[in-house]
Amino acid sequence: MNLNLSDEQRALQETAADFLAAHTNARKEADADAELWSRIVELGWAAVQVPEELDGLGLGPVELALLMEEMGRRLARTPFLANVVLAQTALLQAGTAEAQQRALAALAYGERTATLILGPGLDAEPAALTVKARRDVEGWVLAGDAPQVLDDGLLTHAYVAARIEEAPGVALFELAVDAAGLSRTPLEVWDLTRPQARWRFDEVRLTADARVDDPDRVLAGLARTRVLAALQVAAEQVGGAVQCLQLAVDYTKERVQFGKAVATFQAVKHRAAEMMVRMETARSTVRGVAARIVAVGVDDPELAAEVGAARILATEAYRYCAQEAIQLHGGVGFTWEYDPQMHFKRAQWASQWFGATSAWRETLAAHLLDAA
Amino acid sequence: MNEQEFRQQVADWMAAHLTGRFACLKHRGGPGDEEAYPSLRKEWEQELAAGGWVGLGWPKAHGGRDLPLALQLAFHEEYVRAGGPGRIGHIGETLLAPTLIALGTPELQRRFLPGIREGREYWAQGYSEPGAGSDLAAITTRCWQDEDGRWRLQGQKVWTSLAHESEWIFVVARSTPGSVGREGLSFLLVPLAQPGIEIHPIRQMTGEAEFNSVFFDGAVTEAGCIVGKPGEGWKVAMALLGFERGVSTLGQQMHFIHELQLVIDVARANGAGRDPAIRQRIADAWAGLQGLRYNGLRMLEEDTGSTKLRPEALIYKYAWSNWHRELGQLAMDVLGVAGDVRSDDDTVRRLQQVFFFSRADTIYAGTSEIQLNIIAERGLGMPRG
Repeated sequence: MNLNLSDEQRALQETAADFLAAHTNARKEADADAELWSRIVELGWAAVQVPEELDGLGLGPVELALLMEEMGRRLARTPFLANVVLAQTALLQAGTAEAQQRALAALAYGERTATLILGPGLDAEPAALTVKARRDVEGWVLAGDAPQVLDDGLLTHAYVAARIEEAPGVALFELAVDAAGLSRTPLEVWDLTRPQARWRFDEVRLTADARVDDPDRVLAGLARTRVLAALQVAAEQVGGAVQCLQLAVDYTKERVQFGKAVATFQAVKHRAAEMMVRMETARSTVRGVAARIVAVGVDDPELAAEVGAARILATEAYRYCAQEAIQLHGGVGFTWEYDPQMHFKRAQWASQWFGATSAWRETLAAHLLDAA
Repeated sequence: MNEQEFRQQVADWMAAHLTGRFACLKHRGGPGDEEAYPSLRKEWEQELAAGGWVGLGWPKAHGGRDLPLALQLAFHEEYVRAGGPGRIGHIGETLLAPTLIALGTPELQRRFLPGIREGREYWAQGYSEPGAGSDLAAITTRCWQDEDGRWRLQGQKVWTSLAHESEWIFVVARSTPGSVGREGLSFLLVPLAQPGIEIHPIRQMTGEAEFNSVFFDGAVTEAGCIVGKPGEGWKVAMALLGFERGVSTLGQQMHFIHELQLVIDVARANGAGRDPAIRQRIADAWAGLQGLRYNGLRMLEEDTGSTKLRPEALIYKYAWSNWHRELGQLAMDVLGVAGDVRSDDDTVRRLQQVFFFSRADTIYAGTSEIQLNIIAERGLGMPRG
């Protein structure tokens, strides 16, 4: 297993870093988002993991993680997470070949932009799903509330995992956001770079072909989607931690107190060094696990444990780096004007979605302690 | 040969040789356990040497095998996986030898490398002094040349691992009278068995004595037993420390895997594994170990045969030493009151050693505080105070 990046991967990372440094929208009004997203689609980033036979780039989790890391650094507000990391992955892992044919290229090249709806915080457990599906003569009827959906207003479609009422089971449905009976209410969230909305399904009627899952794969496929997405969010968390460290180091080198740059003081240095240790360890792990997925495949029985480790390290690293970035900025770190507050909010968001660290730790503990 | 074949070769060799009279050495003799079977471990070093497993990264011209880093790491991993004992020759093999190869004269290389490679001569490291710990440049041990050119030494070194088991010591001493700091130091190679040297063991918190004080009172070594020129001792000493963070430390992760597995085994057996807080900590330990492992893999350079490490290497010592210290605490918390009692049980003894000895991990080879300074200054470019 090779953790070194290839020349192509390095070029992708550099392109992404340069582009996002010049086009970041975290502090702009939401009407700037559509333009950034269409530029990202033009750059082909949304096609990265789509197989070549479906006109995608046929790359994998390593390239996706490099992009997520760069987007995490700049807190880019785009549907990339919802559309690529979630919706595309769900189709790839749980969808029928026909649904993949129909939708993946559209999701890759901007004709469609979708989100994925599972349980709260993108919990894939069947018992956590809050939308129910009922058969009727023409197809399906969806009912229920999804209280917090990743929805930045640029969506055209959604993939909704719902519990089937009459028979035990789960199905994945595709619908357009203008479906009759669907209402979306934007939520006032703390992390303005990760918009959410409340979705209400009031007897939303769908045709039979709106069900896009392969029933044999849907449960395992959705669970795996969540695990694979958790790794990508870990990459995004690493990117945020990288930026927090950079901001803190740059600021403390400039800020003068007692006649010296505060970066000369050991108390300051040691905090920054601790940030670097945690960030680099999380980064190594995210890259390593992504490389492992390429080498071993997604059927790896250790997949959830490996991702769990990456996720725990990235969550703790980002929270620590965001918190210390505020501290090392002193008073201005507490202001709206400086960036650390944005990372502090994103870090908190990221710590709760896709499974909190306490839940990942319990998953690992069961794996390590309870096996026969 | 590909890596898998190489690993198999190591595993087969270990299975065939770490048996019989050597069987009692399995998993013994690491840090915290250096007093275990020292003479048998020297014989084991000779067994390894005969098998061609010493000097894997050395150039072929010096009797090494010039293997790429990835295979050196594979050897260390398979060695530990097989329960290979702590390497009593590691100071010579992994610290002095690369330094001699890089900076020593052909005469020094011819004279000392064969003894290291064949497991005949063992080395101790004479750096720290009572007044020169983190501030290594505060060395006061003096050295001077007699009229016949022989070097003489006066002073005291401390925390010298394995001095009582070694034939030689390399010493950084002040050769320019009145010099201060990094100037005026020389790097000498000194035989330990002589009237001018006394070795006193230091009893550590475990009750054992792996370290020593070494007193030099007019001790002697030959004129040619110097690496670099007089006055270049700091440069040589730092080059040697660069090798300390080399590939051999990556192999220790296999020890950590073994130790964490022991903790898990105890937790499953005694019921501690049902305590939700212990479960969370065991999971954290495993996640942290993955972090160390992937840090290590990322550190390996693509080009082969090099002992150079990537900048990520800066964080490595700080990360593993703190992880290991946490593991020791977790191990004792899993053992519960049974941890109070000294035990001959292999598992309990090992976990108790981890708990106590890991207190040294964050102090030797650069304290955590020094490591953080290095990370901030070299890794992040923050200015020196």
